[in-house]
Amino acid sequence: MLSQNTLIRLAPWLVVLFFGLLWEGIVVAFDVPAFLFPSVSSVWHSTVMHWDPIMMHATQTFLTTLAGFAIAVVFGLVVGAAVGSSPIIYKAFYPLLVGFNSIPKVAFVPVLVVWFGIGTIPAILTAFLISFFPVVVNVATGLATLEPEMEDVLRSLGASRLDILKKVGLPRAMPYFFASLKVAITLAFVGSVISETVASNLGIGYLMMAASSSMDMALVFAGLIVIGIMGVAMYELFALVERKLTGWAHRNPNGAM
Amino acid sequence: MDFVRFEDVSLAYQPGSPFAIEDVSLSIRENEFISLVGPSGCGKSTVMKLVTGLKPPSKGYVYVDGREVGGPQKCVGMAFQASNLLPWRTTLQNVMLPMEIVEPYRSTLRAKRAEYEEQARALIKRVGLAGFEDKFPWELSGGMQQRASICRALIHKPRLLMLDEPFGALDAFTREELWCMVRDLWQEEPFTVVLVTHDLREAVFLADTVYVMSKRPGRILVRREIDLPRPRDLDVTYTEPFAAYVHELREHIGHIRES
Ligand SMILES: Nc1ncnc2c1ncn2[C@@H]1O[C@H](COP(=O)(O)OP(=O)(O)O)[C@@H](O)[C@H]1O
Ligand SMILES: [Mg+2]
Repeated sequence: MLSQNTLIRLAPWLVVLFFGLLWEGIVVAFDVPAFLFPSVSSVWHSTVMHWDPIMMHATQTFLTTLAGFAIAVVFGLVVGAAVGSSPIIYKAFYPLLVGFNSIPKVAFVPVLVVWFGIGTIPAILTAFLISFFPVVVNVATGLATLEPEMEDVLRSLGASRLDILKKVGLPRAMPYFFASLKVAITLAFVGSVISETVASNLGIGYLMMAASSSMDMALVFAGLIVIGIMGVAMYELFALVERKLTGWAHRNPNGAM
Repeated sequence: MDFVRFEDVSLAYQPGSPFAIEDVSLSIRENEFISLVGPSGCGKSTVMKLVTGLKPPSKGYVYVDGREVGGPQKCVGMAFQASNLLPWRTTLQNVMLPMEIVEPYRSTLRAKRAEYEEQARALIKRVGLAGFEDKFPWELSGGMQQRASICRALIHKPRLLMLDEPFGALDAFTREELWCMVRDLWQEEPFTVVLVTHDLREAVFLADTVYVMSKRPGRILVRREIDLPRPRDLDVTYTEPFAAYVHELREHIGHIRES
């Protein structure tokens, strides 16, 4: 008999396995043509065959995403801290931020191409543009939820605004911040791949575009799966960092700082 | 010489809105223990904000230690109904917080951390939290959190301690234990205390002087000195004179309700 814990740990793999088999089964059973919908085995075959170029493009996408994500984190922290610690800045900038966030970022790619040419830079910037918003919102929320009484305690000790930010505001915002990183990194992948698809000759997005124009659907799917794997891996990494650094927020004595 | 002095103080939170408190005058001696009682919303916390300089009065004057209050005081201790401990800090780290902000501790913290931590540990022990220095707030009961919160309010040896319904959320037994804790801390090394409470027994047991406030806009209705001998033991709460004080204050509150 499997223990409860083992089962929980295995469950995600079992789900992936289940859908993989279902996919393979449907394609084989209905004899779907490979140029429409390739089977798992042919995707796997294609992955092995094109391993080196896939890795090369994946590395490009990965680094591009990380660069855009890094800018988004720094930018998000600064803007989030400003928006969250001043009601006036909050009121003034929030509509603009929300409006900006509602624009599909793919619409920016042509603009970026005009400014920077095709290639890595538009991809980095698209990744940045699409992923900073959750960081801003979460950092601002974390800062804005400071209890008024705690603020009174600190101010009557003679604490400056900066003291309050450092001692209470930022630590309190950390769980929100780390939670936002998980979301932001997956969005950053969306941004860089979108941009590569439209305006690059490098990266997984480009690889998929090229493969689809030569009807190589197995390779297109291989690209999709590689992006998915990178996304899950980075998400898990940031979830782990979050648990390690902000265990106190989850009242978990083992994960506390 | 009065340590805290209100001269006809009124405060409206927004200009033009009705006063939250009106024409409040009171004077508190150095090391006096006073208590403010009155119905919810009558402006007790507002008085706290004026004493600590977190709000300037709309009318009248507030003096602390002979000087008019012009902005937030620099080293008042405060504790509220919620302990407001920082959840990412241990008890010791929470208690040390004022040392990171208040001078002269702040600038000497680097050099004298060991010494200050020793003071914090001693205080933590005095309130009965020995062994919990390195626990996080969620590992403490409500009463223990409140003890830690009061340690944090006192660690930097403020001359003024503001307690805003600090025992309001505790059960009756824990509450009485904490009364005795505050009494002992104050008796050993006196400081000026302003205690806001709903509990008349608490006010009479702890305070030298009890002020009863009317409902909005808050005014001082009655000032009553409590002439029970000190040190007071919990047994005093079962005596005739104690009951008489509580009864008398109770009647004043009753009048507020009716009017
Ligand atoms: N920050 C604030 N802004 C506007 N009105 C306030 C504020 N704080 C308190 N008040 C008002 O002032 C009155 C007194 O409040 P408070 O001093 O908190 O009463 P108490 O502590 O006696 O319950 C209440 O009517 C309340 O609505
Ligand atoms: Mg109040």
